[in-house]
Amino acid sequence: MAIYSTNEFKAGLKVMLDNDPCAIIENEFVKPGKGQAFNRVKIRNLKTGRVMERTFKSGESLEGADVVDVEMQYLYSDGQFRHFMVPDNFEQYQCDEKIVGDAGKWLKDQDSCTVTLWNDAPLAISPANFVELAIVETDPGVRGDTSGGGGKPAALETGAVVRVPLFVQQGEVIKVDTRTGEYVSRVKE
Amino acid sequence: MLQDWRPTCSLELMRLRAQMLADIRRFFAERAVLEVETPLLSHGIGTDPQLEFFTTDYCLSPTRQTLFLQTSPEFAMKRLLAAGSGSIYQIGKAFRNGESGRFHNPEFTLLEWYRVGFTLPQLMDEITELITGLFSGRSLQETQRVSYQQVFGSFTGLDPLVFSYRDYCTFARECQLSEAVAICGNDHALWLDFIFSHKVQPHLGDNALCMVYGYPACQSSLARINEHNALVTDRVELFINGIELGNGYDELVDAKQQSKRFDKELAIRQQQNSPVLVKDKRLISALESGLPECSGVAIGLDRLLMLLSGSASIDDVLSFPIRRA
Repeated sequence: MAIYSTNEFKAGLKVMLDNDPCAIIENEFVKPGKGQAFNRVKIRNLKTGRVMERTFKSGESLEGADVVDVEMQYLYSDGQFRHFMVPDNFEQYQCDEKIVGDAGKWLKDQDSCTVTLWNDAPLAISPANFVELAIVETDPGVRGDTSGGGGKPAALETGAVVRVPLFVQQGEVIKVDTRTGEYVSRVKE
Repeated sequence: MLQDWRPTCSLELMRLRAQMLADIRRFFAERAVLEVETPLLSHGIGTDPQLEFFTTDYCLSPTRQTLFLQTSPEFAMKRLLAAGSGSIYQIGKAFRNGESGRFHNPEFTLLEWYRVGFTLPQLMDEITELITGLFSGRSLQETQRVSYQQVFGSFTGLDPLVFSYRDYCTFARECQLSEAVAICGNDHALWLDFIFSHKVQPHLGDNALCMVYGYPACQSSLARINEHNALVTDRVELFINGIELGNGYDELVDAKQQSKRFDKELAIRQQQNSPVLVKDKRLISALESGLPECSGVAIGLDRLLMLLSGSASIDDVLSFPIRRA
């Protein structure tokens, strides 16, 4: 893997730090006029998602991390692992629930999502920004209410629970923003 | 069509720069301080191990010489002072290799001035007058003066003048800066740079000019050692809103001491495998011939302009920063 000097650190660069793959978020050059130059770097640990700050002496370097984002199709869960496939070459990856984490509640069979691979092993799963899912359970709505004020909880086919307007009914398909977990609209079949 | 031919600063900023330069020139004209120009290209260069320089080839067939682009006009201006110029100032470009960031551009504009017969506190008075004048109408709070030891102690609880590896390490770990231990090791000056720039400087000069004086002797550079306390040096640094604006000294006029400090810096450069340099013999000769007692300061005008205009990045005040130059 390539070696990157502090001068090359920029947002998005993937590097190895403390044996974990990380992504640079921000890099600030700090230098007293008559003193040592430092780079104050904001960095995200891609395994834990934690953001931290770390200072380097300018000119220090880190090894690049072999991290790539790949569009994949979610296939199924066997109870222990989730399975994904690269549509282009049918290559399959399995990924345990710990890594899937919160993303799991948005994953529907056949939907596509982004799998982050580190040394060709899944590191993190990101669902599409918008997903369309059926409501499997929600209280009956009030007729004629179109305002949506307040709303009610609705359980979706993938296990997620989102707040929906009162007029939305069980069995309907809705569009949800997975970044906020918020209802966007009903989907006309 | 490419857009990067355009300046990164606004027209308004160009006018503000012109206004600032005019105000500065008027300030010194009123005080009868002489404006001078010294070469950007020179045979000698400062030996400061923390400053990287640019070199260029001077070809006068059949000879070829290496010349340096100046990291500051200090040496040349001191030669003028030794030659009897009296108080002088200069507005000019300085070059520092490898420095690029939100507050750095490798080519930048410096205001440097020397006052013959001024002590450092007198120079600090004049700095205050200049800065508050430039900020008039912008409600800058009253200028603060604080010693390095006091301000360092108040933000960290540590004594900057006496190195305690254990205390410094403990402090770094408590602040989630444990990487400092590996970076700084037993290097007192490096520890001070690290802790000061992370934990002290960001708090200095909240909408005010903050002058920090009495730097630890290990960070003396070209300042003289305080006559009452050998642990500190007569050096002052200027900050506004946590941004370092400038650096001033009661100038070291002792040629022998200066020569020794150069030797020390050259030794450090050698340890760092930095490019080999020779000390500037013309400066040493000037000091031997006699530099009048004086104090001097250099202020980064691009950063000053950032503060005058509330700009977040140095690129916002430069016509063409290095990436567009």
